[in-house]
Amino acid sequence: MPFGNTHNLLKMNYSAEQEYPDLTKHNNHMAKVLTPEMYAALRDKQTPSGFTLDDVIQTGVDNPGHPFIMTVGCVAGDEETYDVFKDLLDPVIEDRHGGYKPTDKHKTDLNPENLQVYPHSTLKPTLFITGGDDLDPNYVLSSRVRTGRSIRGFCLPPHCSRGERRAIENLSIESLNVLDGEFKGKYYALKNMTEEEQQQLIDDHFLFDKPVSPLLLASGMARDWPDARGIWHNDDKTFLVWVNEEDHLRVISMQKGGNMREVFTRFCTGLTKIEALFKERGHEFMWNEHLGYVLTCPSNLGTGLRGGVHVKLPNVSKHEKFGEILKRLRLQKRGTGGVDTAAVGGVFDISNADRLGFSEVELVQMVVDGVKLLIEMEKRLEAGESIDDLMPDQK
Amino acid sequence: MASSFTRMLSGRNTAVLMASLGAGAMATGYLLSDSEAVSAAERRKLYPPSSDFPDLRKHNNCMASALTPAIYARLRDKLTPNNWSLDQCIQTGVDNPGHPFIKTVGMVAGDEESYEVFADIFDPVIKDRHNGYDPKTMKHPTDLDASKITSGMFDERYVLSSRVRTGRSIRGLSLPPACSRAERREVERVAVQALSGLKGDLAGRYYSLSDMTEQEQQRLIDDHFLFDKPVSPLLTCAFMARDWPDARGIWHNNEKTFLIWVNEEDHTRVISMEKGGNMKRVFERFCRGLKQVEQLIQERGWEFMWNEHLGYILTCPSNLGTGLRAGVHVRLPKLSKDPRFGKILDNLRLQKRGTGGVDTAAVGDTFDISNNDRLGKSEVELVQLVIDGVNYLIECEKRLEKGQDIKIPAPIPQFKK
Repeated sequence: MPFGNTHNLLKMNYSAEQEYPDLTKHNNHMAKVLTPEMYAALRDKQTPSGFTLDDVIQTGVDNPGHPFIMTVGCVAGDEETYDVFKDLLDPVIEDRHGGYKPTDKHKTDLNPENLQVYPHSTLKPTLFITGGDDLDPNYVLSSRVRTGRSIRGFCLPPHCSRGERRAIENLSIESLNVLDGEFKGKYYALKNMTEEEQQQLIDDHFLFDKPVSPLLLASGMARDWPDARGIWHNDDKTFLVWVNEEDHLRVISMQKGGNMREVFTRFCTGLTKIEALFKERGHEFMWNEHLGYVLTCPSNLGTGLRGGVHVKLPNVSKHEKFGEILKRLRLQKRGTGGVDTAAVGGVFDISNADRLGFSEVELVQMVVDGVKLLIEMEKRLEAGESIDDLMPDQK
Repeated sequence: MASSFTRMLSGRNTAVLMASLGAGAMATGYLLSDSEAVSAAERRKLYPPSSDFPDLRKHNNCMASALTPAIYARLRDKLTPNNWSLDQCIQTGVDNPGHPFIKTVGMVAGDEESYEVFADIFDPVIKDRHNGYDPKTMKHPTDLDASKITSGMFDERYVLSSRVRTGRSIRGLSLPPACSRAERREVERVAVQALSGLKGDLAGRYYSLSDMTEQEQQRLIDDHFLFDKPVSPLLTCAFMARDWPDARGIWHNNEKTFLIWVNEEDHTRVISMEKGGNMKRVFERFCRGLKQVEQLIQERGWEFMWNEHLGYILTCPSNLGTGLRAGVHVRLPKLSKDPRFGKILDNLRLQKRGTGGVDTAAVGDTFDISNNDRLGKSEVELVQLVIDGVNYLIECEKRLEKGQDIKIPAPIPQFKK
């Protein structure tokens, strides 16, 4: 369902200049790219489900900037958004994803070891994760890999109706309930949760709340909360799926300690099983060879993958070259509360900065290699030694 | 997995319903399309109204009390001439189950026609909110003749300030939940142009929210004139904060007694106020200012949204009719502690708020006392009701000061027979 009246074509009665948003105080990717001419050329277009340019950019108009990060400022309402509004989204994607061109092809690789090959994906079994099972647990507190998946044929969270959202939930529950072995688990609908279940999920750090970030609220994703939202997790609490939060599905594999290889293996196995179960029910994930997996926010295209650790780096993080080191390793730092937080007590969330243009295996390998180097640097600085010889090249 | 199943699904027929294949699907049809997207019209067919009906079981607002699956089914696919839908009207009520102090309305209009096209839900909501007022059969009286007011000067040992506010919408332009940026800018242009024609004690200036200097902003805050980007989810979920602060602003006269908000919750909010207890003068200025603004917009071919059943049309159904809230900040230290205070207010058809406005509690002994009703009584009637009521409250306070007893007054009838 479109929100506000952004889908209303009666605004074509006004000139493009009269409708063009005031972006003079804005600093996000959309504002950098959307010229008045581009606005004029795109404003009468809509996707088959009725998503318009104004729908795409509303969140970027309403949120001029963010203190820590350069926000994207646009969202997709369906798979076709990325095609109908390519004139806007291609340059946004290029800017956000390190120069990724409209003609580039994205590699998908979810084969960490000898996993079964599925016909649709372009697997290259030559790439393996090396190491990754022995990140020093004196420094690495926890390891986690997450991604998102969208179900083809349904509108995305900014645009979906209640009926669609519920259909997505039903489909997800049906599929996830079939999982067994280490993946056997249970679904907790947000609106039916008991007090005890809710407290348990909070204690496990699994529960997601109604979004409060204006970035998300302004895009229409929080409509009808908590209808058709929920959390599924396996009995071991190492594999977790969020339903209908910022994307149709967010898939998370996590555990305490530094065995990233195990986390990633479970991640890939679980994802491929889930994909197969959806296909049995006649549904595929949104994917194409140019953009990889299609998600709501252009920042999550490609792999949608964020692999990271919570790691103690009190000394390295104070080093004047910390930012430069991270940049060269293609990593980013966040606080342990997630994207909108600052680090507490020298513990950082370190993860891959890229999403698109690298495969899943490549990104996780970068995290493993990068974190190993950072720990080595931390140990050197602890011993009062220099880290100059450890400075990495730009990846 | 090249089964016959897969081959069938990968065909170009985009209307495959999973239910018919018996693949454990739900009642709503699922659609697989590898090369053709689903159009909005097809989507409406695939998802019948029952699949979209909101879950209102934990809700307590007027919309949730009135909206049945049958009404929803009848109205879901209708659109106003400006392309506004039922789902857009009710989104705020779906997203906000209840409010701690008041039973909220839970829906908004996107344009003047919303009240007509979605009358099946607006009418019962209006009845619920406005004491049984029936838009189909009843007529609303408009009366802005301030000379009819009597006893409009309060005892200033008790009344600290007096204020009257209402809203006005410009016919032909969508309301704040629905308007495009160009429409909103047009509202601003029409309003500001008209206001620049005001003279004498009403002459004043416009301060656009986007262009304000730091000093201007601080002064407006100090004067308690500045309005902020809405934070209440009741408003943000109704899409009213889009594109903030574009085309929003504040106009006030040089004497700071007549104030217009542009493009906040309504196209315009008109406020007349002053320190002290001269409510008659406040209302007189209010009526004069409103009439002059109306004349000025009419000179340019515009008019206010109004009809004889609903009076002045505003965004929220709670503000239909007069849209008028007349009130005072009044000190009632003894009466406010008396257990009969609530009942006295009810019978006088008055409400109390904190001095910070609708979502606040009172501080100390000073209350904001104003009329409950908006629709079914005229502006003159409502202001007179507030004057008579506040005078009664002050009388009670004085009696309690002297140790005398007070009486609960008889309840005021709701609609003129």
